[in-house]
Amino acid sequence: MLSALLVIGGLAAIFGLLLGYAAIRFRVEGDPLADKIDKLLPQTQCGQCTFPGCRPYAEAIAKGEADINQCPPGGEPTIQALAELLGVEAKPLNAENGEAQTVPLVAIIEEQTCIGCTLCIQACPVDAIVGAAKHMHTVIESECTGCKLCLPPCPVDCILMVPVKTSPANWKWPYPIIPLKEVA
Amino acid sequence: MLAILREFWRSTGGLHLKDYHKDQSTQQPVHKLTATAVHELVIPLQQHSGHKPKLLVKLGDFVHKGQCLAVADGAISVPVHASTSGNIIAIEERQIAHPSGLTDLCMILKPDGHDNWGDQRLPPIENYTAASAEVLRQRISEAGIVGLGGAVFPSAIKLKVPDPIQLTTLVINGAECEPYITCDDMLMREQAAEIIIGCLIMLRALHEHAPTQGLDCLVGIEDNKPQAIAAMQTAAAHANDSRLKIVPVPTQYPTGGERQLIHILTGREVPSGGRPTDIGVLCHNVATARAIYQAVVLGQPLISRYVTVTGKGVAQPQNFEVPIGLSMQTLINAAGGYTPKAKGLIMGGSMMGVALPNDQIPVVKATNCLWVNEQEAIPEALPCIRCGRCAEACPVKLLPQQLYWHARARNLEKVEQYHIFDCIECGCCAYVCPSHIPLVDYYRYAKADIHTQNEAREKAALARERHEFHQERIERAKREKAEKLAKHKEAAQNKTTDTADKQAAIQAALERAKAKKAQQAATTTASEDKPA
Repeated sequence: MLSALLVIGGLAAIFGLLLGYAAIRFRVEGDPLADKIDKLLPQTQCGQCTFPGCRPYAEAIAKGEADINQCPPGGEPTIQALAELLGVEAKPLNAENGEAQTVPLVAIIEEQTCIGCTLCIQACPVDAIVGAAKHMHTVIESECTGCKLCLPPCPVDCILMVPVKTSPANWKWPYPIIPLKEVA
Repeated sequence: MLAILREFWRSTGGLHLKDYHKDQSTQQPVHKLTATAVHELVIPLQQHSGHKPKLLVKLGDFVHKGQCLAVADGAISVPVHASTSGNIIAIEERQIAHPSGLTDLCMILKPDGHDNWGDQRLPPIENYTAASAEVLRQRISEAGIVGLGGAVFPSAIKLKVPDPIQLTTLVINGAECEPYITCDDMLMREQAAEIIIGCLIMLRALHEHAPTQGLDCLVGIEDNKPQAIAAMQTAAAHANDSRLKIVPVPTQYPTGGERQLIHILTGREVPSGGRPTDIGVLCHNVATARAIYQAVVLGQPLISRYVTVTGKGVAQPQNFEVPIGLSMQTLINAAGGYTPKAKGLIMGGSMMGVALPNDQIPVVKATNCLWVNEQEAIPEALPCIRCGRCAEACPVKLLPQQLYWHARARNLEKVEQYHIFDCIECGCCAYVCPSHIPLVDYYRYAKADIHTQNEAREKAALARERHEFHQERIERAKREKAEKLAKHKEAAQNKTTDTADKQAAIQAALERAKAKKAQQAATTTASEDKPA
């Protein structure tokens, strides 16, 4: 009886030590799950999820503090991808966070109205606005994520959000739609 | 021996059509159209695959024939030239030949009727056999030459083979396998000598990558074009160059596909996701060869091309040499106008053509054929019955049926696993499908969607990187500010101690001065006390 206890206890102690050592020796820096979640987010950095950027939202999801349906720019596809990654049921977008974006937007500064206050430059999460104090500002369209964060600080409302223009260069073949036959 | 082997190399898939509808447009010699009489030419800025060129002309400018209207801008780009002399009366968005039916920036040229070259011809390089590869490539690029077989990829870039690669064969594509199209056939019948010189120029441009005995130059022509084969053979015999070989290939759609023709001619298969140069082969179209001849020997940029106008919808189907920018309507009028049967307008052939919304669209470098069809009622698509005929027809040995199911279900991962990017969109599968499913439309959609997703991923990665940098910059600014503040504070504290020190020093100095004064006073009084 005693020997059995000793053997089992001893084994438990050895494995405990081994596991403890392994936890220190093979420690993974950072949070791999948050990284994976971050990769699926659209990186708009718009903050509509109530977190200050995509990375903090990803960390919150990884910790279980946030739900997967709080990202309006990502919409349905992002929710699907997150559900698949985390092995949970997909759910519709939380209306409190805003409506899903169907067309990609880009910010445009009305150059006549801009007074050069630099407030939008400070608000842009991806540094896509260039300009200097008392000089006209402009948006680098290829780098704009369409997050709308530059709209509220503008004192003269000179920033517009416009849909990205479709041209032959960025046009995509649509999903084939076969017309349904009318049956009397 | 090679002929026997080529029988083995015949592609397994593909179609043997009963009628290629080629005879109707080859009955008349090629008619050369000029741009002098039309009221305007619409020249799109982007006529090649790659980066948009940079506009050189302004509204109201007078341009000579052959003058450069836009210069290459970016790595994969070629210039655009004026097809005739005249004034630029507008630079605006016009509808172009594109499946989307969208508009793109075009230069509108009003011809002055003189067709005047001015001094815009490039200096001819007559002794091309001595010219360096770099000079030839430069000329081919500045003449705006792109692959005229349909892909419109800049030819000079294709001719710039990466350094370690050794080529064995230059394949010249004169197969022209698609029904209705005959422009390459007519070109070979009428301009065989020019094509052959174009081939020799290309061989020269590639000489650094050739083995010691020289590159093999195989001109593949489908055996339903006996006149073209005969003309090319005569021209090749005349050139008397052992590297040139005219090879008739069996008529079968799509033999004219780059990879299919290379396989038939050399027995080698271009690896999936690779390029022909990976197996030491380079492929160019016959029309490209002729354009290269014109650019190098005559100094003419690419401002016209052969176009087939055919189908039951036009009165006199035939081939034209057309200046770039001429409207399709002018072209149809030149072919005797529409017949009552005319319904649909298609740019290209019956298998891979693009439907055009109207006939006001200009002819571009990619326009090889204008097919005015009598639209048969498009049969209704029925459910797939899994007969497998599409898999037999596929020249690339894909599984069209599986691709279809997964594309329909928007399962892009699976579609990619079934090698969708090896699909050449030849349309064989859709042609043989007994259920009339528009299979190619599904593949095009799937390819586009995969590209969209990849672009979105790239954009997200860029945004993430920029956001991280932004955050870091803000942190750094904060830190620097705090450090500065701390420094100031320290300096201010030091100031108080400093002043105490300073005051002490002043005090000491004052005292010293006082002591000195006192001493001086003492000595003067002492001297005064002395009796004089």
